[in-house]
Amino acid sequence: MMKEELFISGRNIPNVDPYLNIWHWQIPIYLYLGGLAAGIMFFAGYFTIMRKEKDMETTVKWAPFLVPGALVVGLFALFLDLKHQLYFWRLYTTIRLESPMSWGAWTLMLVTPLSFIWVASYMKELFPKWDWKFNILNKAEALAIKYRKSMAWAMMLLAVVLGVYTGILLSAFNARPLWNTSVLGILFLTSGLSTGLAASMWMSKSKYERKVLSRLDLIMIGIELFLIIHMLMGFLAASEVQIEAAHLFLGGEFTVVFWVFVIILGLVFPATLEVLELKGFHIPVWIPALLILIGGLVFRFVMVEAGQITRFLY
Amino acid sequence: MRYAMAIDTKKCVGCGDCVVACQTENNVPHGYCRDWIVENVVGSYPNVEIELRSERCNHCDNSPCVRCCPTGASHIVEGGIVKVTHNMCIGCGACIQSCPYDARYSHPDGYVDKCTFCDHRLAKGQSPACVAVCPTNCLYFGDLEDPNSDVSKALKNRKWKVLAPEAGTKPQLYFLT
Repeated sequence: MMKEELFISGRNIPNVDPYLNIWHWQIPIYLYLGGLAAGIMFFAGYFTIMRKEKDMETTVKWAPFLVPGALVVGLFALFLDLKHQLYFWRLYTTIRLESPMSWGAWTLMLVTPLSFIWVASYMKELFPKWDWKFNILNKAEALAIKYRKSMAWAMMLLAVVLGVYTGILLSAFNARPLWNTSVLGILFLTSGLSTGLAASMWMSKSKYERKVLSRLDLIMIGIELFLIIHMLMGFLAASEVQIEAAHLFLGGEFTVVFWVFVIILGLVFPATLEVLELKGFHIPVWIPALLILIGGLVFRFVMVEAGQITRFLY
Repeated sequence: MRYAMAIDTKKCVGCGDCVVACQTENNVPHGYCRDWIVENVVGSYPNVEIELRSERCNHCDNSPCVRCCPTGASHIVEGGIVKVTHNMCIGCGACIQSCPYDARYSHPDGYVDKCTFCDHRLAKGQSPACVAVCPTNCLYFGDLEDPNSDVSKALKNRKWKVLAPEAGTKPQLYFLT
């Protein structure tokens, strides 16, 4: 029988402690939309470089229409999260190499305009009646079309930086043991790529395109499941605080939401549907796509919420 | 110069004078604080031990809050004191997440606030407000590089510990045990 009990009566500061969970819904929304944007941009760039614009029309031309919107909404959520909002411009008066948030701010400064230019370069092709009204805009459009391939390379590269950054933003905090794993950068990138593929897949009307996207998505889901197992194994083999962090998902308070909504409904079940579809069964594409999109969102919420209750013990 | 503080957990009675002194000295808004008392009780009756700790920012040598700050508002000044420039802080909360000691809080005016080791008092040759008022003299402050400073002398003859050394932050609050 345990003879010893440990009581810690910690701080009791009404306006400080309840607020140390300082990140609320804005951050997971922002991380999710950033990942989604990265996923769409990556594959739009990839299929452009592979000269598949015709076969993969939705992925290259239509899905990127979601990106500027996703980024603007994401950035607005981030802005709402700031407590000293009038000073947000301070992000852009300095470059802090050691701060992931500084990397992210500057990446978004490059990615967001690029996503607008990409969409603009396809306006006339997709909407023949579109008119830029000003001659200078027409000239700019011609320039954008001419350099589309360079833009595709830039988009792929920046999409990887953006996707990895959404994970590193969390993993850089060693004070929150659940986040403090280097797997998180690549895991959030993979999840972002998967949600991007799901969005393109949902929008596409071409059977061939959906098949290609669905195969890629299955690979992403496979990698994601592997990385999640990898992450939990890493925690269980680490120190006390990280073992406790892993137990939030292995019997603790986030177990149900994590396994049901992220793993089963967000990854395993849609992957099964995708396999069935590839085998010839008819499954409406919106079902796996929607499940993947919701699973990715829940995953961000779970990680941000759960991470903030993990801490060093002393 | 390396400022540090030693806290004698055997002499502290947990009166909270350091907390009130800090709130008064630094105009900390009502319901907030930059330092606080932790009561750590171990054991079950009749073998119970209590440890009282007056805690605040550890002014770490390897400070994650300064590294993760995207604007440079969090910075280190002479003597290793970690400070926040209010009109550079955007209130993103990254430094609050990065602190293993939960030593930072979001000020109602938006910026992040924390202990400064009362550097405005140090400039006048005074000790931090919490140290100055402690009725049991359990707080020792000074320059670690000066062997005759209060903190160096306190650490010389006593056993001490730091909190969560495994966090790798090289904290500069030493708890005499």
